[in-house]
Amino acid sequence: MNGKLDRGGIARLIAGDIPPGSYVNLGIGQPTLIADHLTPEQNITLHTENGMLGMGPAATGDQIDGDLINAGKLPVTELPGASYFHHADSFAIMRGGHLDVCVLGAFQVSGTGDLANWHTGAEDAIPAVGGAMDLATGAKEVWVMMSLFDRDGTAKLVPRCSYPLTGIGCVTRVYTNEAVFLLDAGSVRVRATYGVPFTGLASRIDVPLLPPAARPRAGDKPAGRPG
Amino acid sequence: MLLIAATADDAIRGISDGATVLIGGFGNAGQPMDLIDALLRSGTTGLTVVNNNAGQADAGLAVLIRERRVRKIICSFPRQSDSWHFDAAYRAGEIELELVPQGTLAERIRAAGAGIGGFFTPTGYGTMLAEGKETRVIDGRGYVFETPIHADAALIKALKADRSGNLIYRKTARNFGPVMAAAARHTIVQVSEVVQSGELDPEHVVTPGIYVDVLVAAEPGRAAAAQGRGGLERVDTP
Repeated sequence: MNGKLDRGGIARLIAGDIPPGSYVNLGIGQPTLIADHLTPEQNITLHTENGMLGMGPAATGDQIDGDLINAGKLPVTELPGASYFHHADSFAIMRGGHLDVCVLGAFQVSGTGDLANWHTGAEDAIPAVGGAMDLATGAKEVWVMMSLFDRDGTAKLVPRCSYPLTGIGCVTRVYTNEAVFLLDAGSVRVRATYGVPFTGLASRIDVPLLPPAARPRAGDKPAGRPG
Repeated sequence: MLLIAATADDAIRGISDGATVLIGGFGNAGQPMDLIDALLRSGTTGLTVVNNNAGQADAGLAVLIRERRVRKIICSFPRQSDSWHFDAAYRAGEIELELVPQGTLAERIRAAGAGIGGFFTPTGYGTMLAEGKETRVIDGRGYVFETPIHADAALIKALKADRSGNLIYRKTARNFGPVMAAAARHTIVQVSEVVQSGELDPEHVVTPGIYVDVLVAAEPGRAAAAQGRGGLERVDTP
């Protein structure tokens, strides 16, 4: 059994699972690490909500250009074949179901695929939603990248989200430091565990879990090829 | 009729207290800093501002908020590491926030410019941000009814304009510019350069001049040249 995954390990795992030729949005924050592990052979096109397809790696030195930033407002580069478009078009790309995969962070995911990732609901919190609801609603596959437990040891994969929702029944996979979960019509199958046995995992999570399939099942296949 | 202003201060004249103003930009990319600074100098207050964010650090929109010129902000992502002026105003109860998912914000602005009375979007269905709104299930999927955002004025930034008011933008600084230009009753555009009509390839124009009311060249050389003529120049012969 291998050990638990670190952030880089989760990012590498997700990068390897993205089907070749996909159009992908990596949101902001942690999931943007995935871009570092994509290979040219995969021919992945990255979308950024602020109006670009064909986003390249982070800009450094002379490459930094205030007019060329990502969703996290960090300077990036453009790749050959890139395109720019206005915000309404950029979100039509999301909402219209044109993105093959998006990867988002999360506070909580429910066993039925509900996502909570924009607001803790705390009275003194200033809410900010950005493009999270549009991505959760629009992408063909919504994958979550998160730690499985919060700092208090509370599981973030839950029967029902207690934080305000971002989207309902939208998450199809959850990649964590201890396991990968495949969500399908209310059932949650563990694809693999990292550093913990399946039984040890199941006892700490309040969602019924199916064990890893002995041989590949339909739900184990990579996301559908882009249409 | 297109006007070319000598200065940003000339360009923003006519925006009155209490106006609803669309301000372009995503973060600082595409934010029309010269026009916002002029709006600040004008003393106009009680504004409703529509922008993706609620200002960053100590420039542009953040300063308008610091100076309490903004009564209400309609945006998708107010809170970030350097939104301290918004945070302070919000916690003091001195600014109203209407939080809108980003794609819904863009589409509500687009709808205003396109004469659409409202639309059903799946974004936000079943969430806090749909509370109190009309919903409908269409082909088994839930949708939320959203209404257009009309505005008295839009302040946007483009790379270049020609003397017909046609605009081109630069990279991700395009963001909300094209939809805001169409949505406002009075659209004011800050550009680096105003060129003669015919110098922009019509195939490359992103915002057609019909949406543009006032241009101001922010590039120092061009602004100085325009200043010689003073005030607002009416463009009769592009």
